[in-house]
Amino acid sequence: MQKLNEILGTEFPFIQGGMANIATAQFAAACSNAGALGVIASGGIFSAEDLRTQIRVCRSLTDKAFGVNLMLMNPSTDEMAKVIAEEHVPVVTTGAGNPGKYIAMWKEAGVKVFPVVAATVLAKRLERAGVDGLIAEGTESGGHVGEMTTMALVPQVIDAVDIPVVAAGGIADGRQLAAAFSLGACGAQIGTCLLVSDECPVHENYKQALIKAKDSDTVVTGRSIGGPVRILKNRMTREYLQLEKKGASLEELEKLTLGGLRRAVFDGDTETGSVMAGQVAGMLKEERPVRQIFEQLYADGIRELNAAALRWN
Amino acid sequence: MDFEKIKGIIVDTLACDAEKVTMEASLKDDLGADSLDSMELVMALEEEFGITIEEDKLADFVTVGNIVEYLNTL
Repeated sequence: MQKLNEILGTEFPFIQGGMANIATAQFAAACSNAGALGVIASGGIFSAEDLRTQIRVCRSLTDKAFGVNLMLMNPSTDEMAKVIAEEHVPVVTTGAGNPGKYIAMWKEAGVKVFPVVAATVLAKRLERAGVDGLIAEGTESGGHVGEMTTMALVPQVIDAVDIPVVAAGGIADGRQLAAAFSLGACGAQIGTCLLVSDECPVHENYKQALIKAKDSDTVVTGRSIGGPVRILKNRMTREYLQLEKKGASLEELEKLTLGGLRRAVFDGDTETGSVMAGQVAGMLKEERPVRQIFEQLYADGIRELNAAALRWN
Repeated sequence: MDFEKIKGIIVDTLACDAEKVTMEASLKDDLGADSLDSMELVMALEEEFGITIEEDKLADFVTVGNIVEYLNTL
């Protein structure tokens, strides 16, 4: 089996998660320079031309491979998909839907395609459409999530397809990385544990909220409206979940979250903002440079893998 | 294509009531299908009829009738 770092030409088998409003060109370049695949998030970018600018900024800051995450619910998705091909971005990851109709165009432009999937049905369909690999993302992740856990999803996706599968959701330390490798993943996508990196452009309050968080401090909002989002508990989520129980309408609920992610990320409003984070938030203890996070995660992962093999031999 | 056969596949895949499957029924609003359910349905139809449904057609499948009409053009 080819390892993710061999497929992407990176030092580590890691993809940085495409976190909307957070994964800027600067942050993606920092992650690429630190040995992983940095990824610019299109979520939070309003036009295809703005995305083009971000791609060019990223290219000016790193000579390493990087990617773009195309959020498929964005209104200008068609134009953005075209820009990714025109700019010959090395890798594209996708979220929140089926990118099937863009795949031929991207492949023709030499873009490697790694869609995020949360179930085997989309995995099989995308394999047929010719993608290079898949990111199987469990519900432990932050932000928009599916139903299945990483533990249950990753091996089932691997059994369903014959292309490389990257594990995502719930990976913040060496034990979890070793588990992902044991499930058969060729690498990992990591997001939440990078939120507390020195380079991450989120407000200091956001980072401190994560460092303070306990294991059970994330909740999923929006299940009732078909848009589940994992988020750190705060005043807003309490009110939101109460409203959901009462059967509130989409409009009522959206009033609470409108602009919430930007409020949390840029203004540091962790009380009424949307502090998106995965279930590993409780494991984050300190702010560190991304390079240190990648190095330690990889070294610990390999050590844990070998230690487990010895223990059960 | 035989409507009863298509209906059977829809009932099987979406686990919905057979009487709700009319030409006008919306997959999402009337039959409760989310995007993954719709994709399961498309994959099941492909398998049953030995066809390949192109990606750019998927967005047009809002009602049962849209699917039946598409299958009839094949």
